[in-house]
Amino acid sequence: MDVLQLQRKLREHQAAMLREGFLDDQFSQLQKLQDESSPDFVIEVVKMFFDDSEKLLNNMTRALGQVPVDFKQVDAHVHQYKGSSASVGAARVKNVCATFRNFCETQNLEGCVRCLQQLQNEYSLLKNNLQYLFRLQEQIQAAGGSIPTIE
Amino acid sequence: MWFKATESCNCIEPQWPADELLVKYQYISDFFIALAYFSIPLELIYFVKKSAVFPYRWVLVQFGAFIVLCGATHLINLWTFAVHTRTVAMVMTAAKVLTAVVSCATALMLVHIIPDLLSVKTRELFLKNKAAELDREMGLIRTQEETGRHVRMLTHEIRSTLDRHTILKTTLIELGRTLALEECALWMPTRTGLELQLAYTLRQQNPVGYTVPIHLPVINQVFSSNRAVKISPNCPVARLRPHTGKYLPGEVVAVRVPLLNLSNFQIYDWPEVSTRSYALMVLMLPSDSARQWHVHELELVEVVADQVAVALSHAAILEESMRARNLLIEQNVALDLARREAETAIHARNDFLAVMNHEMRTPMHAIIALSSLLQETELTVEQRLMVETILKSSNLLATLINDVLDLSRLEDGSLQLETTTFSLHSVFREVLNLIKPVASVKRLSLTLHLASDLPAYAVGDEKRLMQTILNVVGNAVKFSKEGSISITAIVAKPESFKDARIPEFLPVPSDSHFYLRVQVKDSGSGINPQDIPKLFTKFAQSQAVQTKGPAGSGLGLAICRRFVNLMEGHIWIESEGIGKGCTVTFIVKLGIPDRPNESKLAFAPKVPGNHVSTNFGGLKVLVMDDNGVNRSVTKGLLLHLGCDVTTAGSSEECLRIVSPEHRVVFMDVCTGLDGYELAMRIQEKFKKRQDRPLIVALTGNTNKVTKENCMRVGMDGLILKPLSVDKMRGVLSELLEHRVLFEAI
Repeated sequence: MDVLQLQRKLREHQAAMLREGFLDDQFSQLQKLQDESSPDFVIEVVKMFFDDSEKLLNNMTRALGQVPVDFKQVDAHVHQYKGSSASVGAARVKNVCATFRNFCETQNLEGCVRCLQQLQNEYSLLKNNLQYLFRLQEQIQAAGGSIPTIE
Repeated sequence: MWFKATESCNCIEPQWPADELLVKYQYISDFFIALAYFSIPLELIYFVKKSAVFPYRWVLVQFGAFIVLCGATHLINLWTFAVHTRTVAMVMTAAKVLTAVVSCATALMLVHIIPDLLSVKTRELFLKNKAAELDREMGLIRTQEETGRHVRMLTHEIRSTLDRHTILKTTLIELGRTLALEECALWMPTRTGLELQLAYTLRQQNPVGYTVPIHLPVINQVFSSNRAVKISPNCPVARLRPHTGKYLPGEVVAVRVPLLNLSNFQIYDWPEVSTRSYALMVLMLPSDSARQWHVHELELVEVVADQVAVALSHAAILEESMRARNLLIEQNVALDLARREAETAIHARNDFLAVMNHEMRTPMHAIIALSSLLQETELTVEQRLMVETILKSSNLLATLINDVLDLSRLEDGSLQLETTTFSLHSVFREVLNLIKPVASVKRLSLTLHLASDLPAYAVGDEKRLMQTILNVVGNAVKFSKEGSISITAIVAKPESFKDARIPEFLPVPSDSHFYLRVQVKDSGSGINPQDIPKLFTKFAQSQAVQTKGPAGSGLGLAICRRFVNLMEGHIWIESEGIGKGCTVTFIVKLGIPDRPNESKLAFAPKVPGNHVSTNFGGLKVLVMDDNGVNRSVTKGLLLHLGCDVTTAGSSEECLRIVSPEHRVVFMDVCTGLDGYELAMRIQEKFKKRQDRPLIVALTGNTNKVTKENCMRVGMDGLILKPLSVDKMRGVLSELLEHRVLFEAI
């Protein structure tokens, strides 16, 4: 595949992700920060995000599995996750976190469990999409092209 | 008594035998004397026994004894005419001796008794006189008391009614009854005050309108004293009925009755004597009787006259107050009606405005929006011109509608100024930018001069201030065909307030407020000084203005004045005349922001073309966030902007790392209260304010409480996440320039 095609694919993929709501404007802000001094800024941040996500999701699962459930603890984790997702621009994850927090406040265990499942789903979807995105970027860079930014 | 001549006879003269008749008569007389003498005491005893009181019983005994003995003597004398024995002579002698003794004693005693008896008599006479006198006085007192009772009753009758007519009628009736008068009449002064008219009489039911001139001597005499005066029955006021009696008509008395009007009573002043008017009451005793006016009756009349005066004045006052009250009630009703009408009118107008507000604006918006869209499409030149005209006209119309609505809200007082902190400079620059195109088309030069001591930021209603300035400058441009327009803005000093034009306006600047004075001078067509007052009235157009430009709605200046007034200021126009240009000046009160430059950051740049990428040249900043992802993102942002970033993952680490070299500390306060405490600890660490780095909170929390907490702990700023590059750039510039930045939440 040649660079132009790759670039087109990348553009379409990014646009799709934005359209679907997986990513929002914050992500493009992050991309703006990538320059010569920090060429892998976005990847690094996203990787950090993935690690963070997994850790937090585990914590949440454990906390919800306890009897009795410490909703405050769960809420704290969700809060952290919300913050991180907002920083990287993971819109859907952030929204689910918001709903999750409401359930925590009302101490609705069933709702919390459902939200946790949703979060895990969203996270895997996002992860797959972003990984695909990064692979495309690598391919383009390997082919010598430049990464088109999201408009 | 002589002894018969026998043996012991000592008599000198012999007995006369021829006088046997004489002897017989003596004999009989003696007998009767004795009888009488015996019967007198019996009578005495009998009558004394009968009477209850007789003080001298023993005198009676004595007297009785005396008489009995006298009688006995004379009785015994009967036996001495013939020859009598010695016993008889002895008895005779004894009787005579006793009689002599008793009669002497009685004579002596009578010397004492008789004066006493006589004095008893005199005392009795004296007492009888006294009793008669007391009786008379008693009669008098009873009469007086009776009179007093009558007066009280009369007064009660008079005072129990507040009707003038009843008062007077009752007076006459009661007086007539009490004093048993033949006729009683009341003469009232006429309106002219020159005559007395017969108003009421006792007996005659319908008094014919007799009038009598008021200045008769007899009337003057009565009026000049407050006592009842006896007058002649023949004087005009007393001659009411034809005289029918054979004898003299009864005595007549007249008394004055003061008539008091409300106007006689000043507050705290008693009525003046000289301004009184009087009525005349005439009382006539029955003719053909010998009755005379007694003193107590005259007194009664005087008292009654006074009471009548008081009762009349009460009645007058009551009448007056009733009238006033009725008047007030009427007025109240009228006022109420007027108020309700006004309220209805206001409601109707408000309803109308509310409806028109919506109804008028909707089509306007449609027209404006669609015309703008039309402008974007492909049009021929003519079509474009037409569309532009449509747009311009509809914009004007929209402005007019807004003005009208604004003005009515202003008049209602329902308009309230919005207070925000804004930049004065930017307001003026904006106005300039908006006006420049029009001015340049007309080849007018526009200059703006802002005083150097003008505060950069002010607290007030930015939108309306701009509207005012725009309106004033717009007018200047509109009415100038050529020349220049200058706008000056200075801080008004108290000395400059001595403007004679606005003498009652004496603003006093304080620490929290200052007065902005803006003057717009143009060299245009000027205004006739006589027309100046009209300019601020709604809808009034200056006739002298001959301009082909768009005519003003006439509301602009009126609205400006309202706004200026709301801002506790003053606006005025000066012009030397037609063709000599005019100057509009206004002063408004604006607040001075207390935290230097608490301002709202607008990230849609007001002045376009400001995408300069500022490099902050290695500015040392510290980022504290316990979330790794967030930390990296913020760090990346700041690095991109050229800062030297240090990061801390916890409060303790932050405290350890922070140093005077760090100019700004960004800390995340999403995670509970850690951030606030950290801020306070940092402040403690750095005693001197200059050394301390600026502490700025980053939060995704759009909560006023958060902002307040940040301000409370002494943070220098607060920014909402998420941050974009531009936002961060703006934030840093602002922070470094003003050292304070609180984003509006």
